[in-house]
Amino acid sequence: MSDLTSKAIADLRSGFRSGDFSAREVATAYNAAVAAGRALNAFTVETPEIALAAADAADAARTSDDLKPLSGIPLGIKDLFATEGVDTTAGSNILKGFKPPYESTVSGKLKAAGAGMLGKLNMDEFAMGSSNETSAFGPVISPWKRRDGGNAALTPGGSSGGSASAVAAGLAAGATGTDTGGSIRQPAAFAGICGIKPTYGRCSRWGIVSFASSLDQAGPMAKTVRDCAILLEVMAGFDKKDSTSLDLPVPQWESGLSSDLKGQRVGIPREYRIEGVPVEIDALWDKGVEWLRDAGAEPVEISLPHTVHALPTYYIIAPAEASSNLARYDGIRYGLRELGDGGLDGLYASTRAAGFGAEVKRRVMIGTYVLSAGFYDAYFTKAQKVRTLIKRDFTQAFDRCDFILTPTAPSAAFALGDKSSDPIAMYLNDVFAVPASLAGLPAMSVPGGLDAHRLPLGLHLIGRELDEQGVLNAALAIEERAGFTHRAEKWW
Amino acid sequence: MVNDYRIQGDTGEWEVVIGLEVHAQVVSNAKLFSGAATAFGAEPNTQVSLVDAAMPGMLPVPNRECIRQAVRTGMAIDAKINRWSRFDRKNYFYADLPQGYQISQLYHPLVGEGAVTVLLDEKDEGSARTIGVERIHVEQDAGKLMHDQHPTMSYVDLNRSGVALMEIVSRPDMRSPGEAGAYLRKLRAILRYVGSCDGNMEEGSMRADVNVSVRRVGGPGEKEAELGTRTETKNVNSVRFVMAVIEHEARRQVELIEEGGAVAQETRLFDPDKGVTRTLRSKEDAHDYRYFPDPDLLPLELEDEFLAACRASLPELPDAKRKRYEGLGITAYNAAVLTADVESANYFDNLLDGLQRPEFAPDAANWVISELFGMLNRTGRDISKSPISVRQAAELLSLIADGTISKTIAKQVSELMLDENSGHFGDDPTRIVETRGLKQTSDTGQIDARIDEILAANTDKVAQYKAGKEALFGFFVGQTMKAMAGKANPAVLNERLRAKLAA
Repeated sequence: MSDLTSKAIADLRSGFRSGDFSAREVATAYNAAVAAGRALNAFTVETPEIALAAADAADAARTSDDLKPLSGIPLGIKDLFATEGVDTTAGSNILKGFKPPYESTVSGKLKAAGAGMLGKLNMDEFAMGSSNETSAFGPVISPWKRRDGGNAALTPGGSSGGSASAVAAGLAAGATGTDTGGSIRQPAAFAGICGIKPTYGRCSRWGIVSFASSLDQAGPMAKTVRDCAILLEVMAGFDKKDSTSLDLPVPQWESGLSSDLKGQRVGIPREYRIEGVPVEIDALWDKGVEWLRDAGAEPVEISLPHTVHALPTYYIIAPAEASSNLARYDGIRYGLRELGDGGLDGLYASTRAAGFGAEVKRRVMIGTYVLSAGFYDAYFTKAQKVRTLIKRDFTQAFDRCDFILTPTAPSAAFALGDKSSDPIAMYLNDVFAVPASLAGLPAMSVPGGLDAHRLPLGLHLIGRELDEQGVLNAALAIEERAGFTHRAEKWW
Repeated sequence: MVNDYRIQGDTGEWEVVIGLEVHAQVVSNAKLFSGAATAFGAEPNTQVSLVDAAMPGMLPVPNRECIRQAVRTGMAIDAKINRWSRFDRKNYFYADLPQGYQISQLYHPLVGEGAVTVLLDEKDEGSARTIGVERIHVEQDAGKLMHDQHPTMSYVDLNRSGVALMEIVSRPDMRSPGEAGAYLRKLRAILRYVGSCDGNMEEGSMRADVNVSVRRVGGPGEKEAELGTRTETKNVNSVRFVMAVIEHEARRQVELIEEGGAVAQETRLFDPDKGVTRTLRSKEDAHDYRYFPDPDLLPLELEDEFLAACRASLPELPDAKRKRYEGLGITAYNAAVLTADVESANYFDNLLDGLQRPEFAPDAANWVISELFGMLNRTGRDISKSPISVRQAAELLSLIADGTISKTIAKQVSELMLDENSGHFGDDPTRIVETRGLKQTSDTGQIDARIDEILAANTDKVAQYKAGKEALFGFFVGQTMKAMAGKANPAVLNERLRAKLAA
């Protein structure tokens, strides 16, 4: 990692503004890192010229004293975000070569704020996966290696695995992610970086390829808590093109950052102590409680009684919505078209059979099943009811505490291939992340330490609706105390 | 009552039970969930936004105007307006359905129960029947496939994709093709009064799915719960065809049952050339639409202010207008004819305003219906393109009312105004009366002179009259009027003639 590519966004910003280096130098360093990092398979498309153009604009803006919030900052954009004129595939063969004539609201806001785009980041197909192994572009490799004498390629997590790997390996200063059931937080934890999923509705979903509409939410992934605050401030905001977007002003999260948690109570949910979780994860959790106590917060035990139902509920609602959202990939108007036997049904069947991978097909089938006549009430309606109960759990818990601390994931990063043949084991990765998604609450992963194999472990903070500030501040308190400065040793 | 429509089968009499689902395209300059325009007849795929083409990541945003129009329609049929409603996705694959689902409202429609009152006989208030409306919901229209553009492929036109429709679902309250026709015409009139749908069935902005079943008269099935198995004939696009579908389906079903068969619950299509329906898909082939609430949209919650504005914007509706006209002394039939369509009603209302003589309303109604409508029909013109403007009609009728011209002369004047070759096409009536010297005269000297001539030339008939054949009075009137080129004041002429004959 060169000096520039190891810097946090906040430091790049101040260094660039004070003239220590130009935006072009930053972009050039990152473009070189991207090119050198292809072994990680983090990018599906590299756009060095776009990064350079933004850098030149930033350098010009600095001269004319017309700087924007992210002038000079090169970012990676998850391939789920439509980017005008640049391939947008959602990690799927069915959209291979698709160049949208439009820009997603969130990536457009980042662009308008002066950020450059280094390329599109690899991801699980249609954001369905927790290991990046479902991508049509092949899995992203984590920059981290186990210290066990072996050389197994590890997963960066998923679905925002390209984002996690790129940021952790210094291939991007920051990245966009999306989180439907943990897709920002679990990869952030696996890769030793920060990632926040804001309150549902904070970021516009317009132009983001839909997976499960009632859960999808964009968020930033970056090296530090402050960097996440900086990016989220630009990404968030009301968008009249998204009916579910919240018509609220965007708080100044960066200037609101404070690790002084005096007078606050941190909830420790007893249901999150589950069988089979490695002791070092429980130990890190305990350490997290101590760090927060040190920052002035008072720990209280809370109960979220319906937690056990969260994962099954999620795996009804998300596939149900996905089965419908993905119906538009039919070979008629854009993307892959396989004619099959020539008839319309044949075209649909051949196109979707060839275009979708196994996990996407699995979820489309699960979703179709739970919405079918005769099963709808037993599955979908019941899942919606349980979702309401899960939301109520949190509402009641927040009567007793201000934010909640849990581990981000039940394990550190695992090797590619370890769980890809066992969907249920894979789904369990998101056991701690999914309840906050179902409740639409802001939640964040912050690095807490390393496990015995010297792999990163994350701590997970869940806040009240709209209280991203509370989540960021608690994460900042942990960040300051954990002193997590570990970086993967470069092998690529 | 006209309500005695029966199918005479081999084994007895059968009653037909009808329900209609009417799809009415909402008048709005933009689609239900996108900003795209909705012009009819535009070049294929020119009225399509990214949302309508279901591009990846595109999201629907409800169009307030479409919601407003559906709410106003609901209010016009006295329906319950649901302050909380929600959109659902109806999932199925078809090439004209870009999203792979139609956004509709299954579980919580915007408008609940209402009713439409129809007169089966326009002259008879006693023939009124109330047809229940179960619900009105709003939904997206699909695109259109074009099979004639390429030898081996079909093309898709998405101009209509996403256009807002109201689906107006009646109760199975109709019992004859006539009732169904009256309901459809009345519904169309209401929609056009409200301005929520142009009611143009030829252009497809209004079409009906026709549900038909039959049951034995006097059988156990007099209650709704005991309906026969129904068929649904899709997308019928004229009142006449709807009535034809019912007649055909009712007869087909009766024959089927009497032959020992059973009616299959199925979807059928109408073939207007042959006048028959045929199976489109059976119940077994029916889609499982996997309806569920659209997660891209929030529930629709209507505020008091919005509802009040909707209500305040409603015009006078056909029934109220008809009653008002009858109150002016207009016959029930004429009132029904004038109010049947919003354009005629508006014309007549404006005419009454221009005329400023409420007591003359019945005559004005007669003139509009027998003269104006008659001539418009003959020349194939629509009331909106009438060569006689409202102002001119008021002027013409004022000329009759104040005795300047007779009704006979008025008829001549209107004919001149409507005849493109008369030299007076579109002229003001006063000008025509003046240039052609058509003014009526009450000059007794002139009238007396003509009467004398007529009586002198018909001494034999005068004798017969005096002998008691009083019917000849009309003959003398006619002859005198003819001699005066129709310009004599009829009252004066009558009076003078009577005096002379009595002398």
